[in-house]
Amino acid sequence: MTTEATEAAMAAGHAAEAAEKGGMPQLDFSTYPNQIFWLLVTLVVVYLILTKFALPRISSVLAERQGTITNDLAAAEELKLKAQEAEEAYNKALAEARVEAQRIANETRAAIKADLDKAIAKADAEIAAKTAEAQKAIAEIRAHALESVQEVAKDVAREIVALLGGKPDARSITAAVKAHLKGEKRP
Amino acid sequence: MAAEAESETGLVFHPMEQFKIEPLFGEGPIHWYTITNQTLWMGIAVLVIFLLLVVGTSRRALVPSRIQSIGELAYGFVYKMVEDVAGKEGVKYFPYVMTLFMFIVVANFLGLIPTSFSTTSHIAVTVVMALMVFVGVTILGFVKHGIGFLKLFWVSSAPLALRPVLAIIEVISYFVRPVSHSIRLAGNIMAGHAVIEVFAAFAAILAIAPLSMLGIVAMYGMDMLVAFVQAYVFTILTCVYLKDALHPAH
Repeated sequence: MTTEATEAAMAAGHAAEAAEKGGMPQLDFSTYPNQIFWLLVTLVVVYLILTKFALPRISSVLAERQGTITNDLAAAEELKLKAQEAEEAYNKALAEARVEAQRIANETRAAIKADLDKAIAKADAEIAAKTAEAQKAIAEIRAHALESVQEVAKDVAREIVALLGGKPDARSITAAVKAHLKGEKRP
Repeated sequence: MAAEAESETGLVFHPMEQFKIEPLFGEGPIHWYTITNQTLWMGIAVLVIFLLLVVGTSRRALVPSRIQSIGELAYGFVYKMVEDVAGKEGVKYFPYVMTLFMFIVVANFLGLIPTSFSTTSHIAVTVVMALMVFVGVTILGFVKHGIGFLKLFWVSSAPLALRPVLAIIEVISYFVRPVSHSIRLAGNIMAGHAVIEVFAAFAAILAIAPLSMLGIVAMYGMDMLVAFVQAYVFTILTCVYLKDALHPAH
């Protein structure tokens, strides 16, 4: 592309040369001292601007930025380590707390079990006592009932004997009732 | 040529008129001290460099502004180039290389402003810069290595019989350096501007005007690329020559 452009420019240059009398201004040697003088002035000024102001300033800015970046990276590394430490401590505390909780739970369970056993034993004893009392009461009631039956039977027997016109004899009635109650035997 | 025929139809071709050097104030011959349009645009280049690298970085911001970023990019770009090509010892000459790069790149881009003047399209300008580099590195080579600098022309890795032949070729190529160094830059810049001018002249014909305008836009885009690439090429060649002066042995 560039060579094409150069050729085109050459052609154009020739055309211009043919058309005008001056030719290429680049080859006008009368302007050379002027061009060279001002070019040297320009280059010296640019060189002074660069070495006195621009380059030291830019290099210091770049160095400063590099320093800041390095510091920030170091700080980040440090913070990361700290975070890791904190995480480890947290995990340790968590494990300890878990063990402690387990221990407390076991203790509580044992205490409750002991209390429960005691209460059950007490309740069993109370139940046994109540049962014995009740059995005694039943026996008493039964004995009492037997006595009452004998009494009623004697009274009834006496009345019957009296109604039949006999003379009730207390001893024989008692004996008869007793015998009747024992074994269904009639006198 | 074709231009002759065209000019008879009313078209005017003055592709080289834009490079004409004229006194800025009044008429008359150009003395060595006369302030010309070229002087003006050299001065503007200095001003732009000052604004970019000194005023733009005056806040010394840790987080750079756009202008400061451009300055820092230019600094880093040239610094890395010098360091990569010429080595650690070359860094000492970084300010000189930076001066050349900044002047060329700013002058190239200023030349792309319509109706402006392209300082770097003049052979006189580029030859002076190329000769400064050539003379500078040659003196530097002899100061650093004495007569040993001539080893640059003695290709020790080649077979012994070939070395004298190669030495002649190396010497010729060494002395051609400033010529190619300077003409490459001036030629590219001049060509780009002249072609734009030719396209612009064709815009006078209604039928080809759209094509001509398209051509101007395309050439302008390419010239933007050329403006940077040629500054880069000039600078990196300077670094290569500097490297040869610092480490002449092949």
